Amino acid sequence: MRGWRLEPRTSVTPAFSAAVSAASIMLALVLGGVIMAAMGVNPFRAYYEILRGALGSSYGFSETLVKSIPLTMTGLACLLAFRMTIWNIGAEGQLVMGALASAAFVRYGSAGGAAGMFFGMFAASVLAGGLWGLIPGFLKGRWNVNEIIATLMLNYIALSLMDLLLYGAWKDPASMGFPMTPPFPPEARFLTFGRTRLHGGLAMALAMTAAAWFVIRKTRWGFEIRVIGENKRAAGYAGMNVMRNTALVMFVSGAIAGLCGMSEVAGLHGRLSRGFSVGYGFTGVIVAWLSGLNPLALPFVAFLMGILLVGGDTLQVVMTLPLSSVQVLQGLILFCVLGGEVFRRRRLRPSRAAPGTGEH
Amino acid sequence: MDVLIPMMAAAIRSGTPVLYAVLGEILAERSGVMNLGLEGVMLVGAFAGFSVTQSAGDPYLGLAAAFCAGALLTSVHAFLCITFGGNQVVSGLALSMLGGGMSAMMGRGHIGETINGLMPFKFPILGDIPLIGPVFFSHDAMVYASYLLTAFLCFFIFRTRPGMNLRAVGENPRAADAMGISVSRVRYTFTLIGGGLSGAAGGYLSVVYTQMWVEGMTAGRGWIAIALVIFGIWRPLRAMFGCYLFGGVYALQMRMQAAGTSIPAPMLLMLPYLMTLAVLTFISVRKGRGMLPGAPASLGNPFRREERE
Repeated sequence: MRGWRLEPRTSVTPAFSAAVSAASIMLALVLGGVIMAAMGVNPFRAYYEILRGALGSSYGFSETLVKSIPLTMTGLACLLAFRMTIWNIGAEGQLVMGALASAAFVRYGSAGGAAGMFFGMFAASVLAGGLWGLIPGFLKGRWNVNEIIATLMLNYIALSLMDLLLYGAWKDPASMGFPMTPPFPPEARFLTFGRTRLHGGLAMALAMTAAAWFVIRKTRWGFEIRVIGENKRAAGYAGMNVMRNTALVMFVSGAIAGLCGMSEVAGLHGRLSRGFSVGYGFTGVIVAWLSGLNPLALPFVAFLMGILLVGGDTLQVVMTLPLSSVQVLQGLILFCVLGGEVFRRRRLRPSRAAPGTGEH
Repeated sequence: MDVLIPMMAAAIRSGTPVLYAVLGEILAERSGVMNLGLEGVMLVGAFAGFSVTQSAGDPYLGLAAAFCAGALLTSVHAFLCITFGGNQVVSGLALSMLGGGMSAMMGRGHIGETINGLMPFKFPILGDIPLIGPVFFSHDAMVYASYLLTAFLCFFIFRTRPGMNLRAVGENPRAADAMGISVSRVRYTFTLIGGGLSGAAGGYLSVVYTQMWVEGMTAGRGWIAIALVIFGIWRPLRAMFGCYLFGGVYALQMRMQAAGTSIPAPMLLMLPYLMTLAVLTFISVRKGRGMLPGAPASLGNPFRREERE
C-alpha cells in the first residue's frame, strides 16, 4: 500500500505552533485571492487596499481599534464558554439584548449624572445579556438541550425584539423612518479619545481581557471550568457541580456580550439603531478559536479581524467588492486554521505496511 | 374547512424546503458527521438553483445544480472532519459563514430578479380525493418527490444492508471497521449526499417557493433543520411530521401578516424560532427521562483506524 498517513506528533515547540497558525492564515488569504481573481478582482490590489485602509492612516488605525473593541468582548464571551466546551453561538443575540437594556435604561431610568448613568446601563446590560445566556445555559445544564441551536434561536428572537421596539415604541420621530432611537443624552455617552471615534469601551475591553485571564488561570472557578471542559464525567466525580457551572458560565458569557452591546451603543453610536452590530457575535467565534482560547492572545486576534473589517469597508468603496467578501475570508480563515491544527497534533508521513501484516 | 385546507397545503409547501435539508442531515448524522453549515449550504444551493434556472431556463436543471453545489461545498467540511478529524462544530460554523458569504457575493447583482420556476399541478387520481387531494396532492413535483424520498429513506436506513452499514458506522465505527466496512467511505458518501440534499433544499426555496433570489433568503431555516433532526430523533418519518408542523407555523404567520392583524410583524416573525426552542426543550426533557433514543453514539467524533480512543 502506498500513500500518506497522519501520525501523532509527540511534542510541539511554540515556534512551530506559531508557524502553523501563520501558514494557515496565509493559505486562507491565498484561497480568498483565488476567489477574488475568479470574480475579476485583482487580489494583490485588494489586499493592499485592505492594509492601506486599516493601517495606512491614523484614522484607519483608530477605526481598526474601534472595531477590535466589540470583537475582543464577543471573543471573550465565546472563549469562556468554549473553555467549558459549551458552544455559545449566541453572542450576537446577547449583545443585542445588552444594547436594548442600555437603551431602555437611558429611556426610562433616572440616574443622577454620568456615573449613575454608567452604572445603571452597566447593570442593565449585564442582566439582560446574562439572562439571554442563562436561558440556554440552564436548558443545557438541566435537560441537556443542544446549546448551539438554542443560542442561535435566541439570536433571531433578540433581533426581532429589537425590531419590535425600533419600529414601534422607541422610534425616533425625527429619524425620517429609519429604525433608531433618539440620540442618547451626553451623560449616557462614553468619553472619546481626541477627534477619533475611539471610545472608553477600549478600557473596558482591556480590563475584561485581564479579568478573563485572571479568572481562568488563577481562580478555583477557572480551574473548574477547564476541568469540566476537558472531561465532564471526571469533573462530576471530583465533586464539581457541572449543571450549576454550565448555567453560570453561560450567564457570565452572555453578560460579557451584553456589555459589548452597551459599549457599542453608548460608546460608538450614541443611540440604538438597527444593524448597529455587523455580526460581531459571530466573528467573536472566530476570534476565540483563532486565539487558541488564550485570553491574552485574544485582543491581538481581535485587532487582526478588525483590520479585515475596516479593510473590507475600504474594499467596498474602492473596488466595489461587497461586504460579504469579508465573510468569505472569515470562513476560509476558520477552515484553514482548523485544518492547520491537525498538523500541530500530527505529521504527514508516507505510509508503510504495518509490521506483521504480511504485506509486501 | 375553507380556511383549513389551504392552510394545511401551505404548511406542506413551506415545510418541504426544510424537509430536504432535514433528510440530508439525518443521513450525515447517522454516519457520525454533524454538519452545522446547512444554512450556508442551503444559501449556495439557492443561488446555484436560481442562477442555472435563469440562464438555462429549466428549473429541473437548476435543482440539479443546487444539489451539486451543495455537495461540492460540503466536501470541504467532509474533508476537514473525516480525513483530518477536525472539530465538526467549528468546521460547520465556518461552512455556514463561507456559504452565506459566497452566495451573497455571487448574487449581489441579481437581488430581487425573478425566474420562471417549477409550477404546481394536481396529481392524477390521488389529487381528486376529497381533503387529502387538495392538501397533499396539489403541489409541484419536488413535493411529490419528497414523499417518495422520505418513504425510501425509512426503508433504506432500517431495512437494507447499506442502511445498516450506515447506522453501524454512526453507532460504533470501530465495530463497523472490524466488520470490514470502510468508515471513511460511508461517512464521505452520506455527508456529501446530505450536503447535496441541503443544496436542493435551498434550490427549492429559490426555484419553486419564491422563484427569485434574495440575499440570506433561508432566514434561519438551515438552523431550524438541525433542530428538527433532533426533534425527529434521526428518523425520516418523524422528522417529516416536524417539518410540516413548522411549515404550518410559517404559513400561519404569513397568513396573519397578510390578513393585517394588530400584532406587529416582528412578533410573528419570532414564532418559528420560539417554537424551535420550545420543541427542542420538550424533546430533550423526554430524552433525559429515557423515553426517546439519543443521537448516534459516534456523532461528532472523528474516527482513526490506527488509534485507540
